[in-house]
Amino acid sequence: MLRFRMPSAACELPFLSLVPLALAADTSAPIRMKKAAIMKRLLSTFALAGAMGLCAFGAQAATKLEQVKSKGFVQCGVSQGLPGFSNPNDKGEWSGLDVEFCRAVAAAIFGDPTKVKFTPLSAKDRFTALQSGDIDVLSRNTTWTITRDTSLGLNFTGVTYYDGQGFMIRKDKKVNSALELSGASVCTQTGTTTEQNLADFFRANNMTYEVIAFATNDEVVKAYDAGRCDVLTTDRSGLAGERLKLTNPDDHIVLPEIISKEPLGPVVAHGDDQWFDIVKWVLNAQLIAEELGVTSQNVDEQVKSATNPEIKRLVGTEGKYGEGLGLGNDWGYLIIKNVGNYGEMYDRTVGPDTPLKLSRGLNALWNKGGIQYGMPIR
Amino acid sequence: MTDLAGPVGGRAKTSFINDPKVRSIGLQLIALVVVVFLGWSFAENARDNLAAQKIATGFGFLDNTSGFGINQTLIPYSETSTYGRAFFVGLLNTILVAVVGIILATIIGFLVGIGRLSKNFVVRTISTVYVEVLRNLPPLFQILFWYLAVLSAMPSPRQSISLFGEVFISNRGIILPRPLFGEGAGIVVWAIGLAVLLVILFRHWSASRQEETGRRLPVLWINLGLLIGLPLVAMIVTGFPISFETPELKGFNFVGGVQVIPEFVALTVALATYTAAFIAENVRSGIQSVSHGQSEAAHSLGLRNGQTLRLVIIPQAMRVIIPPLTSQYLNLTKNSSLAVGIGYPDLVAVFAGTALNQTGQAIEIIAITMGVYLLLSIITATIMNAYNRRVALVER
Ligand SMILES: N[C@@H](CCC(=O)N[C@@H](CS)C(=O)NCC(=O)O)C(=O)O
Repeated sequence: MLRFRMPSAACELPFLSLVPLALAADTSAPIRMKKAAIMKRLLSTFALAGAMGLCAFGAQAATKLEQVKSKGFVQCGVSQGLPGFSNPNDKGEWSGLDVEFCRAVAAAIFGDPTKVKFTPLSAKDRFTALQSGDIDVLSRNTTWTITRDTSLGLNFTGVTYYDGQGFMIRKDKKVNSALELSGASVCTQTGTTTEQNLADFFRANNMTYEVIAFATNDEVVKAYDAGRCDVLTTDRSGLAGERLKLTNPDDHIVLPEIISKEPLGPVVAHGDDQWFDIVKWVLNAQLIAEELGVTSQNVDEQVKSATNPEIKRLVGTEGKYGEGLGLGNDWGYLIIKNVGNYGEMYDRTVGPDTPLKLSRGLNALWNKGGIQYGMPIR
Repeated sequence: MTDLAGPVGGRAKTSFINDPKVRSIGLQLIALVVVVFLGWSFAENARDNLAAQKIATGFGFLDNTSGFGINQTLIPYSETSTYGRAFFVGLLNTILVAVVGIILATIIGFLVGIGRLSKNFVVRTISTVYVEVLRNLPPLFQILFWYLAVLSAMPSPRQSISLFGEVFISNRGIILPRPLFGEGAGIVVWAIGLAVLLVILFRHWSASRQEETGRRLPVLWINLGLLIGLPLVAMIVTGFPISFETPELKGFNFVGGVQVIPEFVALTVALATYTAAFIAENVRSGIQSVSHGQSEAAHSLGLRNGQTLRLVIIPQAMRVIIPPLTSQYLNLTKNSSLAVGIGYPDLVAVFAGTALNQTGQAIEIIAITMGVYLLLSIITATIMNAYNRRVALVER
């Protein structure tokens, strides 16, 4: 059989994978964006087919880290706009928890949190973009499930936000529980775990429903606002974000039931364990930092005067823990200095003082009543 | 004497490699082998590499349980059905939009196209504005307009507009009474089928009779009588077995009845009106291609305007209209994939959308989906080409 042994650069098929990126940049008009999105999906499938068909794997010479370093930035897949997680602000800069995490990865590698480029992806396009190598990390409120972890060729690197699926409904419908929703029309987004959870929940409770599934979040929100459906369902954190986009956010309530587990986290492609480790340990470092009280404000101080060996290992004044990752030993310091610890990141983007007003809940540290737990650096 | 040893009348004796026929077949064979080999290597490579990255491959997923709901299903489907069945649900939804859209677009297109040539200023202007506006706005924009603008203007189910207490219009769509078939309903259905058959036969018979004798029968009235009378008699004989279930508002939505979802209405109307603008232009140019002498001749035979158009002009114009009409039909079918934009569960939304995302088998699913669109296009084109041959000018 013919083997196309190509130099690894050719295996990247740069010409193919650049097209979707170029299209993604074209976000001037919503209509054009939609067309571009359709094209983009097709193209990234072709890019995937192309990459898979033309290249012999293992022939890859450059590691992901080397590739990222040589292009000079991390390409990070985010949502097309979910307040609190990944959303362009008025100045057109990306902001949110998922966005800050990507900045932390860039900080660990380059010492510069701005060395990151964002690719907005709809729920359904996100995995293809990762598989085809268009993006290096997917940080887009993505639920860790066994199918995604085992049959899509992906690895989840941890959980940045423990969540669960909920329902939002207009107050004037006078519904207090999700169990009163039989017969309701429900709006949701395709390509999410949400669709299946919804089906399971209604079936388990012997209730009927009508589902209307849209490709993008924008349409979900518009259709819900126009009254096409009684209920909007997605991750509860997502509901908090989407509610801000409604005409009158205060006319809507989120019902108390949580119908699923939605551990949201960053994802990388199979095939490069070093890269997997780097992304995994960026989050761990941020969690450890919070646990140890190391913040972006005091980290310089800690470098100079910390005596706690745990802190010294984190900021790189003791041991050579960056080596195993292929990074500098000050990788932890760079993350905390430039982006901050997990708690800082949380408070800035989704916390009680933001429009989303999400209390820490499950996302508090393990020793503060939550389940966030950073693996030890040692 | 000249030497006659050389071949006479035959071909020069050259090596068969230089035979143009052998050459062209040979080259084609080589090209075919190369293409097949490349394709095969590509597929093999893809399979190995996907396996190396542990990305699921193959078509086994089609038998797995889908686990998601779909809000318009022409065949029985539930969350416990397979992905394979979800595929057919999506496919049928695509075909439904395509067929209804094509019929509507053809009717509107012909009316507007003829309207553009009308002597009546108002009709002509409206038709022109129609064509210029609809043809020049992007179809996705029109779909979103029909969906969101019209949807927001509709009342909630509780305040729905009711027609005779049987049909309800709201932002959940149009809810129609559902026909319930009791005992003996089969006979009525057969009677309807029989009536349709008789109508077709009768039309043929009266047409050939008119050719022979020149006498015209009141075809329309007799056919209407057949269409209504026969099923009615059957209903009476079997004691009215078909009843209607009136939709009823219960909780959030109507229960009972048939729901025509707003996504379907918006998509079909938008695609039909958009495509109609192009068809109108085809019709107009088709009509203009028929020489003016034809209508003068028809008029001098005493045919009225309508008859001239129907019996003389349009049949000749069809030869020019059909080929571009075919590509408009294909466009409409392909544009139906814009359905994802408004949440209509067509093939792309259900299969290349939800199913793809849940299984992650992008290459297989996109390949199947592209194959299906190709097949739909080929079928449409084949039908239209057959029709084209029938109306084509037969030189005598
Ligand atoms: N966590 C779920 C849902 C993720 C998801 O896509 N959520 C929607 C609704 S909150 C979203 O982020 N939309 C934003 C966008 O599409 O840009 C998953 O991984 O499937």
